[in-house]
Amino acid sequence: MLKYISRRLAYGLAILVGVNLLTFFLFFSVNTPDDMARLNIGGKRVTQEQIEKWKAERGYDKPLYWDAARQGTERLTHTVFWERSVSLMMLEFGRSDARQAVDIGHEVKVRMGVSLQLAVPIFILQLIISVAFALLLTFFRNSRIDFWGVVLCVLMLSISSLFYIIVGQYFFSRVLRLVPINGYEPGLDAIKFLALPIALSLLSRLGGEARLYRAMLLEEVGKDYVRTARAKGLSEPVVLMRHVLRNALIPIITSAGAYLPYVFLGSLVFESFFGIPGLGAFVIEAITGQDFAIVRTMVFLGALLYIASNALIDVVYTWVDPRVRLT
Amino acid sequence: MGFKIVILWTDVALWALAAVLVGYIVRLVRRPHLRANWQRVLRDPAALSAGVVLSLFVLVTALDSLHFRRALADSPAGERFYETRTESVLDLLLSRQIEMRETSYSAPLAYQGFNKDSVAHGSEVVREFPRLAFGGAHLSDPATEWTGDLIRRALSGLAGGALAAVLMAAAMAAILAPSHGGWRHGLRDLLKDRTHYPWRAALLTLTVVALLAGPVIALMGHYHVFGTDQTGNDVLYQSLKSIRTAFVIGALSTLATLPFALVLGILAGYFKGWVDEVIQYFYTVLTSVPNVLLIAACVLMVQVFLDKHPEAFETGAERADLKIFLLCVILGVTGWATLCRLVRGETLKLRESDFVQAATAFGVSDSRIMVRHIVPNVMHLVLISLVLNFSDLILYEAVLTYVGVGVDPTMNSFGGMINLARSEMSRDPLVWWSFAAAFAFMVSLVLAANLFADGVRDAFDPRSRKLRPQVLSLKARKAQAATQAAQNKQGA
Repeated sequence: MLKYISRRLAYGLAILVGVNLLTFFLFFSVNTPDDMARLNIGGKRVTQEQIEKWKAERGYDKPLYWDAARQGTERLTHTVFWERSVSLMMLEFGRSDARQAVDIGHEVKVRMGVSLQLAVPIFILQLIISVAFALLLTFFRNSRIDFWGVVLCVLMLSISSLFYIIVGQYFFSRVLRLVPINGYEPGLDAIKFLALPIALSLLSRLGGEARLYRAMLLEEVGKDYVRTARAKGLSEPVVLMRHVLRNALIPIITSAGAYLPYVFLGSLVFESFFGIPGLGAFVIEAITGQDFAIVRTMVFLGALLYIASNALIDVVYTWVDPRVRLT
Repeated sequence: MGFKIVILWTDVALWALAAVLVGYIVRLVRRPHLRANWQRVLRDPAALSAGVVLSLFVLVTALDSLHFRRALADSPAGERFYETRTESVLDLLLSRQIEMRETSYSAPLAYQGFNKDSVAHGSEVVREFPRLAFGGAHLSDPATEWTGDLIRRALSGLAGGALAAVLMAAAMAAILAPSHGGWRHGLRDLLKDRTHYPWRAALLTLTVVALLAGPVIALMGHYHVFGTDQTGNDVLYQSLKSIRTAFVIGALSTLATLPFALVLGILAGYFKGWVDEVIQYFYTVLTSVPNVLLIAACVLMVQVFLDKHPEAFETGAERADLKIFLLCVILGVTGWATLCRLVRGETLKLRESDFVQAATAFGVSDSRIMVRHIVPNVMHLVLISLVLNFSDLILYEAVLTYVGVGVDPTMNSFGGMINLARSEMSRDPLVWWSFAAAFAFMVSLVLAANLFADGVRDAFDPRSRKLRPQVLSLKARKAQAATQAAQNKQGA
């Protein structure tokens, strides 16, 4: 187990270095720090002085990858890439490029809490509701209920989540006035702001997920051990809940686990639509404001969470299925 | 009047894709064993109907993918100047819709504007809903004539649609005639769904389309059937233009994933060892970055590049087109990991199979084995994932455009329409028609793509067939049980 964990950690670190290289290369291969400065300062007449000042304040006044003027290891370490990457790896995110007053680390901490409030209920309820719906369809397989259920799923997954949001917001907030249109308040008041986005997010993903889980369940239903269970005289609900569901859990967990990073990063669309100040909204602001420091931090965080959630899924496997051993 | 053909990047890609498709069809016709799976797709009524709808969308896309610029009438003889506006053949067909530009919002089929305005009646100025410049402009007294005119036009359109449906039924019967013993039998078998392919479903789909399109076509010369947007542009025209954008994103992005996924997946699976390790590392790095973020980062980069080089484009259309083309490339480059993993797995399995072992024993080179034996045997996976991806990408485009990293704002797209609809839905009174039009077109496109993809998956992946909800087999089983019971009774 210890060997497994250490190998896993080393691979995770290698991936993070790769992600770092990739994003750095993406940003700086096309745009020089000068372009970024010009973009951020804005205005028609930007002097070279202003640009130099902007760069010096943010540490972009060094060479990007290689400093030929220096000696020894400083050639490598006295570069933008080295300084930025090392600080990211140490989880020191620094300050926003556009607004120096914004401490990214602090923002991430505050906003992640808000995102979690939205995303944790979504994640848990999503799993329960989708699996329950899929179980229902599996129970009634080869019947009209199954057929029309799948038709409904296909129809639902053909509708863009944006439509669910706009119609839901219009209907529940404007016509029925059940919940506020958008906004957020901390504490218990958050519930009334979060209820609608949670419900709409569940609805928008139900079709696709239920259909997927139904396929996974049906895959198991066809197997011999299920026939044996039935032959023992077990009732269909017991067969489904105790045998089929347990064995279908591995693929279900794998596909649900893919959403784990988004639990922390928040949903870009839902947060910005409902004015919830989570990480998703933060990213959208950064994208529209072309703030590279924030976008890079979020990419790094996303990768970190992906690696962590994959490790978590592996641990859950051993718990769900004793046959799986981590070696 | 002359014109200059404008060749946009996406046009080239789309027509090249069409050429490849035609080549593939020719190959299919010559090889019966390849044809069998596609025949299975066509025998699925849902997939066939979806295919019919998709081909209508393809037709619109094709018409919208032939671009040109008109010559200016007053250019001096020696030198030709061209308009800055780039038009397509679809624009030519819908030129009346482009000309019918109002000043602001107007509801579907309206003859009055949506907002009150100061209108001069002689010397007196009154605040009222102004008459539209084009919508219902032919009516002299709209208050009394409007309803009658609408009904008359809609009915004539319906009649035209019905006539078209009857003609199509007759044409199908004529085609079926030789194999069904005369056109009368052909028609009867067609209507009773006793044909080899489910032609009745296709006919039904076409009839529905004809009945919907008939009234729209009959009305669109004199009214804005889907209303107008804030700047007075016809929403029907915008929706039709958005189809091409959706298609370009769906088709070209899936295509752009292909080279990476196929080549790297096969290399990883075939050579194993360090090649596999390196390629796996690559796609893990890519997949570990949340997709939207990676795409946003790439699009930002491209955006700055385009801003820095304004001299590279003659017209705004070319700029918007290059942007969408690059977006497709980005979606492709960031999205190949899943398919690559699938191809790698399949290749790992295939390289141990007998025919590959035999080829290796005969001394066939690695590259030849990969091209001749592995590639054809992973193509079904590629095909399934391509068609399944298509609809996802269309939905994705809307989200990306909403986030601000999608297509150019000057380009018509469903994402752009939804984005605008967001503020329109909070107006009072409500402006709902752009949103409804985007919804109707987008759902029919994505639904058709999904149903067709399901058909393809069922046909090419036998394992998925048993996951299909089957009411029909249930019916058949019940019927069988009933006959068996009857026989038993007789026996007793």
